Formats: sequence, C-alpha cells, structure tokens
Amino acid sequence: MHYLVSVIDDGQALAAGDDYSATPEEDAAIDAFNAQLVADGRWVFAGGLGMPDSATTIDNRGAAPVVTDGPFLESKEFVAGFWILDAPDLDVALKLGTEASKACNRKIEVRPVLAAPE
Amino acid sequence: MQEAITETHRTQWALVVAVLARRYGDLDVAEEAAAEAFATAVERWPSDGVPVNPGGWLMTTANRKAIDRVRRESKRDAKYREAQLVIDDEPHEFLGAIDDERLRLVFTCCHPALGMESRMALTLRMVGGLTVAEIARAFLVQEPAMARRITRAKDKIRLARIPFRVPSAEDLPVRVTGVLAVLYLIFNEGYLATGVDTDPVRDDLTAEAIRLVRLIRRLLPDDGEVAGLLALMLLTEARRPARMSPSGELVTIDEQDRRAWDSRLIAEGHQLVRERLESGLPPGRYQVLAAINAVHTSALEIHDTDWSQVVALYDQLAYLDPSPIVALNRAIAIGELDGPAVGLSIVEPLGPALEGYHAFHAARADLLRRLDRLREARSEYERAIELSGNSAQASALARRRDRLARD
Repeated sequence: MHYLVSVIDDGQALAAGDDYSATPEEDAAIDAFNAQLVADGRWVFAGGLGMPDSATTIDNRGAAPVVTDGPFLESKEFVAGFWILDAPDLDVALKLGTEASKACNRKIEVRPVLAAPE
Repeated sequence: MQEAITETHRTQWALVVAVLARRYGDLDVAEEAAAEAFATAVERWPSDGVPVNPGGWLMTTANRKAIDRVRRESKRDAKYREAQLVIDDEPHEFLGAIDDERLRLVFTCCHPALGMESRMALTLRMVGGLTVAEIARAFLVQEPAMARRITRAKDKIRLARIPFRVPSAEDLPVRVTGVLAVLYLIFNEGYLATGVDTDPVRDDLTAEAIRLVRLIRRLLPDDGEVAGLLALMLLTEARRPARMSPSGELVTIDEQDRRAWDSRLIAEGHQLVRERLESGLPPGRYQVLAAINAVHTSALEIHDTDWSQVVALYDQLAYLDPSPIVALNRAIAIGELDGPAVGLSIVEPLGPALEGYHAFHAARADLLRRLDRLREARSEYERAIELSGNSAQASALARRRDRLARD
C-alpha cells in the first residue's frame, strides 16, 4: 500500500529568503534517509516542489477552462515536497514518517493513497 | 433471562467483535454482526431458552451474519478486499489465544493515529459494547454526532490501514501507556462530571473504565502501571458514595463521611498498592497516584491522615510529572503538614500557570481562610465559583464562602 508523506513548510522558506530552504545538513540527512528507503524497498517516488507562487490552478469544469496564477489555497503553511512510500500498514508508514520528519527537519503529514479499483 | 443476556453481553461482546474483525478484516462488519447476533439472542432466548454454551452460540450466529454481509458487499464492491485490516496472526507467547484477540482490538481502538475523543468512543463501543446512544449520552453529545465520530474512526482504520495487532515488544510500553490514558480519561469523564447538570448515567462510565482496566490487567498482569491505574480507579470509586451530599453538593475529602466509603473496593485497591510496593520496581505515575489515594483511604478520620507520607509521594509524582496541577496538589498537602503559611508560599508562584483553574483559587481560598485573611479568602472563593465547571462543585464552594462569616 502507498502513502503520501508531505513535507510541510511552516516558515522555513521565508526565513531562508529562498525557494529552496533546506540547509546542507538537511540535504545530507534526506539523502541518507532516501538511500535507506531504497535499500528497504520502501521508496516509490519523491520530489521537492516549487513555491506556491509558481503554481497554476485550472478549473475546466465549465464551458471554458479558467486558468489562475497561484495555488488553489493561499496559506502560510504549504507542501514543500513529498514522498510516496510503500508500507504494509500505518504503523510502518508512521515510523517512516517519523524518520522523514527528523531527516528533513520539517513537520510532515502521512496520508494513505487509495487503492486503485480492481 | 435478561440477566443471562446482559451477562453474556458483558463477557462475550469484545471477543465476538475481535474474532470477527480478524476473520473478516473489517471492524465495521464485526461490529454490525455482533450487534445483530445479540439482537437475535434478545429475540430468541426468552422462548428457546439460553443455549448451553451462550458464547459459542453468539460467535456462530455473529459469524453467519458477517458472512451474509461480506457476500452482499463483495458483490457490490470488488475493491472492498483491498481495504482490509492488516492482521498479525502470530500468537504472542505471553497470552492465550482469546486474550490475544481482545488485546488486538484494544490496541487498534486506542491507536495513536486516532484522536483522543475517537479513541474513547471506539473503545467503549468495540471493547465495552456500549451502544452509540449510551456513549453519546455519556459524553453529552447528540447521538448522530457520536455515530459520525465512530464512523470516521472506523473509516480511518480501514483507509489508512491501522493494523489489528498487538504492538511489538519495542513499541509495547508506549502503546500500553496510550491505552491507559484512554481508560483514565473515560473514568474521569464519568467521575469529574464536567457538564453543568450531572448526568447519573455517567456512573456507568466509571464502572466501564474499571471493567476495561481489569481486562487489560488480565492480559498484561506484570505491568505495574496497569495495576496502578486499577488501584487508583478503585480507591477513587470507593469514595463515590460519600462524594455527593443529599442536596446534590460536592463533598470534599476532608468533609466526607468515611463510613460511607466502599470498604471492599478499598481493600482491593490497597492490596494492589502493596503488591506494587513489594515488587521493588520504580513506580510510574498511576502507581504513585494510587499510593496517595491509599494513604487517604487508610485514615479513618481526616485528622489521622499521614500527611508526611502524602507529601513524600507528591514529591515523587512531581518528579515524574512536573505539571503545575501536580505542584498545586503537592502544595495543598504541604499546607496540611507544615501549616497554611508554608502552603500558601508554594501556591502563590503557580498563579500565572493556573489562573484559569478553579482548584487553584479554591486552594488559595482555603489557605487564606486558615490564615484569617477572610476578605481575600472570600474573593478567591468567588473566583473559584466563577470558574467551576459544574453545579455540584459550585454549590460546595458557595457553602465554604458563606461559612467565612460565621467562622
């Protein structure tokens, strides 16, 4: 089963004055954590995200698509990156999430990815 | 007949839910099937008679109901099989198979990924077998709101795959602490009655919490904190008959009629505290709280209370739990041992942390009264009454205030 582990920025980018706010120490810890995920067969995918300002929101439910500059939700906290991890159950996912939070030095959120219908 | 059904419900409910949850990998199926089986018993037993093996009858009946439901569901929804509870089928050496089933259920209901309110509700429903209506009444919420809370919790267990298993030895201590916290909150919800009008139904909550801790104790007999929490609950519950005056006023421990205390519960609580002392192992928070309550319940008169013992235990508790509320209770005990002036000097610095807490002002008022600073005492009683969460407590405080004039 897959879990989405989102990295929550609650002021780090602002403090760093830069889109990419991770320090070299945090980068090194994330690399080590990622290597372990791959070795344990837990890694599916991961990536860092551009700042919310760089987002484009599209709503094409009406007659014509409405394209808006910016994220769908303006908030002080935002998702700065994510992992997709493979874990048998929430206990394992939470354990990995706990390590992830330590490695990236950010708050994280763990959410189940719904299984595809058969 | 009603008694046979009630007794079977009390002893078998959690086991039926636990076994079915494991077998079908779904708490919802298990709960519904168990409820239907008990409904069938209520319908049939009065005419057919109580089966020779009531537990076996219920398990078989509930299993049939579960099969029916799973057949219906699997036709409707193929992905249903995807969303199953993750089950660890390895039996644990220290437990029998039946105990293991129920313990899995307790740990799932008290999982740390669920909110505290959900954990309490789910535990009362799945392990305690209370109806949604009963739980709603106990927590003073509307039944549909409670039903939604329980459904949300079950959905999260299914969608996020909260596993149905006894935690690993490494995680066990933390997870047991989590379970005990849930049970202690359930007990306090029944005992402290936070509502404006105290609902008598809440006595059921204290009884249920005690029953659940007894179950956990049977499952984990060597855990000191489990024993400590059971002792703490028994020694608290023992005083309940003396805690409310006929006019519905809360009676504090120094004014309670100690002959009304339940001596059977006290004896059992004291025995547990003695066992823990004899173990020689360092006690946790619940064990120290139980020991404090053991000292109180050992005194036949308030004047016989061994306050030096109480203070020593509060010193120990303050070390384990350095919260301002523990510090306040320690200060009150010191006020009894070394006099009100000393007590007050320790209470005063807690003001910033406990300004909004009625017990802080009540304690301050009592100490000021004993120091003959009556005007200050009066305004502190007023403040405590304002902040008090329930009417029984407020009227007891008002009586203390009104007595100032006569003293």
